[in-house]
Amino acid sequence: MLEYRVEIALWAISGIIPFFMLNIWTNNNLNESINISDLMLSRYFLCAFFVRQFSVVWVVFSFEEDSLMGKVSPYLIQPLNPFLRYFAQHLAEQITRFPFALIIAFFFFIFNPESIWIPNIGILFLSTISTFLSFLIQFLIQSIVACLCFWTEKASSIERLLFIPTLFLSGLLAPVVSFPEYVKSWIYLTPFPYLIDFPANLLSGNKTNIIGGFSMQILWILLLFPVFKKIWYEGTKKYTAMGS
Amino acid sequence: MVKNIIDVRNLSKSFDISYKEPGLKGTIKHFLKRQTKSLEVIKNISFAIKEGEIVGFLGANGAGKTTILKMLCGLIYPSEGSILVSGYLPFRRKENFLKNITLIMGQKQQLIWDLPPIESFYLNASIYDLDKFEAKRRIKKLSDMLEIDDELFIPVRKLSLGQRMKSELLAALIHEPNILFLDEPTLGLDINAQRNLRQFLKKYNEETNSTICLTSHYMKDITSLCKRVICIDNGSISYDGKLDLLLKKLSPVKEILIICRSEEDAFQLENLGFNVKNKTKNEITIKVENKSITSSLKTILNNFDIEDLYINEPPIDEIIGKILIKKDHDI
Repeated sequence: MLEYRVEIALWAISGIIPFFMLNIWTNNNLNESINISDLMLSRYFLCAFFVRQFSVVWVVFSFEEDSLMGKVSPYLIQPLNPFLRYFAQHLAEQITRFPFALIIAFFFFIFNPESIWIPNIGILFLSTISTFLSFLIQFLIQSIVACLCFWTEKASSIERLLFIPTLFLSGLLAPVVSFPEYVKSWIYLTPFPYLIDFPANLLSGNKTNIIGGFSMQILWILLLFPVFKKIWYEGTKKYTAMGS
Repeated sequence: MVKNIIDVRNLSKSFDISYKEPGLKGTIKHFLKRQTKSLEVIKNISFAIKEGEIVGFLGANGAGKTTILKMLCGLIYPSEGSILVSGYLPFRRKENFLKNITLIMGQKQQLIWDLPPIESFYLNASIYDLDKFEAKRRIKKLSDMLEIDDELFIPVRKLSLGQRMKSELLAALIHEPNILFLDEPTLGLDINAQRNLRQFLKKYNEETNSTICLTSHYMKDITSLCKRVICIDNGSISYDGKLDLLLKKLSPVKEILIICRSEEDAFQLENLGFNVKNKTKNEITIKVENKSITSSLKTILNNFDIEDLYINEPPIDEIIGKILIKKDHDI
């Protein structure tokens, strides 16, 4: 079972992009241009790391593999949508990652003791909710892309196209506030800033529009869910039970 | 009167298949302008299956047996025609319909690889809304029937193929379905495991009056379980009826080995007009049509001094094998 523990630890460690980005930002004094202090920036990237840990989704890859190997067939004749299985798997893995994420945070605070803070319970609760909503948005987006497996064998290639805006516009590499004003207004209309930027700002105590952020998260879920239902319904009609 | 639980009328299924020429030129052509062709794999078939029946689907590889099973259980959408299974349209996959059926595909597993089977059983029990007490009762009952016990607590990846198959069966039957679709359930199992599985299915059918639709290339599965067979040839039904009638139809002659007391009797017998297969000193093997067996035996026993006599049925494998040869359309 050692390999599974190592795998989970490696998964947790693989999400440390925000710490690299923090290093780049602070070493080059880039934060001065956006009026965020070193302290708030380091908290932001730590929170971005946490939000990422609990909202990362890989359902498109799992579904694509299962679909090509014929593993989806037994799931399809059970009275449970197969995506709920993947949903449960993601939740289970998030719980498993939690201790590893805490260990990484512990080391972060050792090297950045000035960043230590305890968010108040209300903020903690709201950011937990917004992280879960962020996970739901990402899960729905990837599930819609995963359903394209019914038409094409390589739906994950389409997901890679989505990965680029997710990386740049979600706040993983830079807080969205650092973008020029005219770009920002467009970015906030997409689902991307509500994946990392909004929950991370909320948790780290940076200034953010809480009601606006939650409204957009819920709006995107309400928009994506019927799209998923429709594409699932149409896709299962096209299913050929490949590989079985 | 026993009601029909499966009713299939004028069912057809076509798949779009893309073709690619070999080499770089073919790849570029395929990338720029993909050529597809509609392939009709099931052609206007109709049949009905009664509650409690065990029906075997026979046919060569690619004949369309598995496609029929997949349509019956709602996994794939039919192109034309109608299917009613237990009063439901399978492809709509209504919850009550799904709770009534199961599909078992040899070598395809639903058990969670890294966990003991018992975990998958409880997961399935939750999916089918069984409470823990009822799930425990069913797991106990089925594991007794399947003769698996300790294996329930060993990770699936550590189990042998036979143990895994039994666990798969348990997982697929925990909701006590009325209709079982079995696609090559004994594939890859050793002789003992195959026999055990067949015994289990027979017992399950007797105890629950469940309907079983089965495809298998192991003839023993068909002969020991199915009274009725449906032969599929190139997407069409070439025979639908009792297995023993099919065997008679395909093998209208029996071989009779006669051991005479004298060589002279054997010689006279040879010249009596029978279809002689072979002859050695006082032993002679003749081929007789099924309908003339009684009269032929009467003639032989009344006129010759016979030491011993054997009537040989041709091996069933050989007979059914004829169905699997695509050239043989005259069933």
